[in-house]
Amino acid sequence: MMLENWLLKNGRIIDPVNGLDRIADLLVVNGTIASSETTVPDNTTILDVSGCWIVPGLIDMHVHLREPGEEYKEDIISGTRSAAAGGFTGVACMPNTRPVNDSMSVTLFILDRARDGYARVYPVGAISKFSKGESLAEFGDMKEAGAVAVSDDGLPVVNSQLMRRALEYAGDHGLAVISHSEEISLARNGVMNEGVVSTRLGLKGIPVAAESIMVYREIALSEYTGKPIHIAHVSTAMTADLIRSAKARGVRVTAETTPHYFTLTEEAVEGYNTNAKMNPPLRTEEDRQAIRAGLADGTFDAIATDHAPHSSLEKEVEFDLAANGIIGLETSVPLSLELVRDGVVSEQRFVELLSVNPARILNVPGGALSEGMPADVTVINPDLAFEYLEETVVSKSKNSPFLGWKLKGRAVLTMVGGRVMHNLLQ
Amino acid sequence: MTTGYSFSHKHILSIHHLSPDDIEFILATADSFKEISSRTIKKVPTLRGRTIVNLFFEPSTRTRLSFEVAAKRMSADTFNISASTSSATKGETLIDTARNIAAMHPDIIIIRHAFSGAASMLTRYINAAVINAGDGTHEHPSQGLLDMMTVREHKQRLDGLKIAIIGDILHSRVAHSNILGFTKMGSRVFVYGPATLIPRGLEKLGATVCVSLEEAVKDADVVMTLRIQKERQNDSLFPSLREYAKKYGVTRDVIALARSDALVMHPGPINRGIELMADVADGPQSVILEQVTNGVAVRMALLYLVMGNT
Repeated sequence: MMLENWLLKNGRIIDPVNGLDRIADLLVVNGTIASSETTVPDNTTILDVSGCWIVPGLIDMHVHLREPGEEYKEDIISGTRSAAAGGFTGVACMPNTRPVNDSMSVTLFILDRARDGYARVYPVGAISKFSKGESLAEFGDMKEAGAVAVSDDGLPVVNSQLMRRALEYAGDHGLAVISHSEEISLARNGVMNEGVVSTRLGLKGIPVAAESIMVYREIALSEYTGKPIHIAHVSTAMTADLIRSAKARGVRVTAETTPHYFTLTEEAVEGYNTNAKMNPPLRTEEDRQAIRAGLADGTFDAIATDHAPHSSLEKEVEFDLAANGIIGLETSVPLSLELVRDGVVSEQRFVELLSVNPARILNVPGGALSEGMPADVTVINPDLAFEYLEETVVSKSKNSPFLGWKLKGRAVLTMVGGRVMHNLLQ
Repeated sequence: MTTGYSFSHKHILSIHHLSPDDIEFILATADSFKEISSRTIKKVPTLRGRTIVNLFFEPSTRTRLSFEVAAKRMSADTFNISASTSSATKGETLIDTARNIAAMHPDIIIIRHAFSGAASMLTRYINAAVINAGDGTHEHPSQGLLDMMTVREHKQRLDGLKIAIIGDILHSRVAHSNILGFTKMGSRVFVYGPATLIPRGLEKLGATVCVSLEEAVKDADVVMTLRIQKERQNDSLFPSLREYAKKYGVTRDVIALARSDALVMHPGPINRGIELMADVADGPQSVILEQVTNGVAVRMALLYLVMGNT
């Protein structure tokens, strides 16, 4: 079946892989990106995207889609709709579902559900069976089924020997290893960053060392084995320093941070706001600045959202009892564009952080607007202002600390393989 | 007090939310109510027809009784609900419990709860005034106020005093309210305890963290010790109660380092012989029972003042 053809006219094409940053048209013919010399077919829908950026489809390498098992919070369809609304053409979904994605059958189930989704879904399998940290899950089977990486996200791999084995064995199967880095005995029962705010609010703190100790272990294992490791959701200055120095000596470490760590601080918890509760927790202003510096200097490879939907059942409770996590797919673009407006990162680097590098780390297609590739394209209007309101949230869950914020910059068109999944232009 | 001042709080959730003027005004109001408790007929009609609910999710003898006595001396109708925090696990959430009580139209809900922020959370879901009678390890504002009232009665001022607070600062909501309160009123607060029980960031709240008991207590106007919870030794926060008593317990020799007219305080209940030696607790400098008496006056003042803003 032929797909609709599209001509996106007069956009600013930002495509770092192909060294492009210029005002031009992008032609999509039958689902793939056509060369600029191709004659525009007669049956082509023309969209004027003047003032907008045309970028390779954005990829969020860290989300929770909650299916199977917690469909009241999110499912694969609603989660990918939220992704498309936020400009993402692909998402990597973490395995902490019920059951845990630790087998070929769960991976296949996820991909089957994703066929009707609004974005590509890249399953992340568990490192250990049931994510219990005891023995390796079947990486080879999960890879065969379509998993792109492994992680016990939500939990650290406490056993260092098991983590070493995971790095070695994942390498054999071409799977990325993503570390949720947390020294659990230090973090235990903590509900926010440990510091003056936790002291004043009487909430048990999670020290920054709980993150950096485990990140150091991961770097040491990666350095020793020579295998790559990806550090998830970095929140602290100390961790940024560790990663920077590891990269400088050639360790194969990559890292992501999230919009909330470069936008908010622990002060957001004030008033016991459970929508500011996540793990790792929001840190101090010094940490926030260090995260921004790490985005500027290349310490961080990717911006991911750690999109973690929870219903009011988990959030409208005492702060100590509230679940960790916030949704993020629909706020990532405007919050990340703030970095461009503040001069922290360039437009090209923005595209690298949100598309090029996630594709490279996960070894999935995309990250470029090359001729002949499937047309995964995001059009961003960087000046479009909007108020982020609960009633407009596409995700099933509404647990965002950014509700009520006036945001600037938004995906106005999201195209996956030439199919339009989100369109504010027409 | 600043001219044009008026007390504007509907809820009393923390000392953090009170200004020095607010504290001054509450203490002055409490001073004026104190006399009622020494009358033969200990009752005034001020809150007649008002309904006050004591919603206690943690065991408490003196605070609950103190609020109840305060309410009854003001002629309010009081109801005590001792709920177990575990009722949450039986299905009903704190919010549902509070909404059900609120549906009976109480004017004030006084809440004690094991979780920090529980009182603050109630204010988002119900219309009644809320007074925090201790939430987790956050604050216990009425205790902080009664401590300030007691000190001021003896010293005629709070400004410039040296207040030593000794013990488990980390888990003590009383300590948190007192550090914030005394500091706001111009006192200098010095704290000491095992480093494992000193939370981070205290200096930013205005306290001086001392390296020895001597440094904290020397020339102090007030020496306040905190209850050490016996289960803390199981968390390896200190090796044993025996060693705690020996290294951190406040003895007569320790008190001798303070000013000769220093006050000895404790929010109760006391572990005699552990954080505070019996001869000090019962000695001439102890104002521990005056704290209890003033607690009623402070709580009468709080009930009266929040009622004026509902």
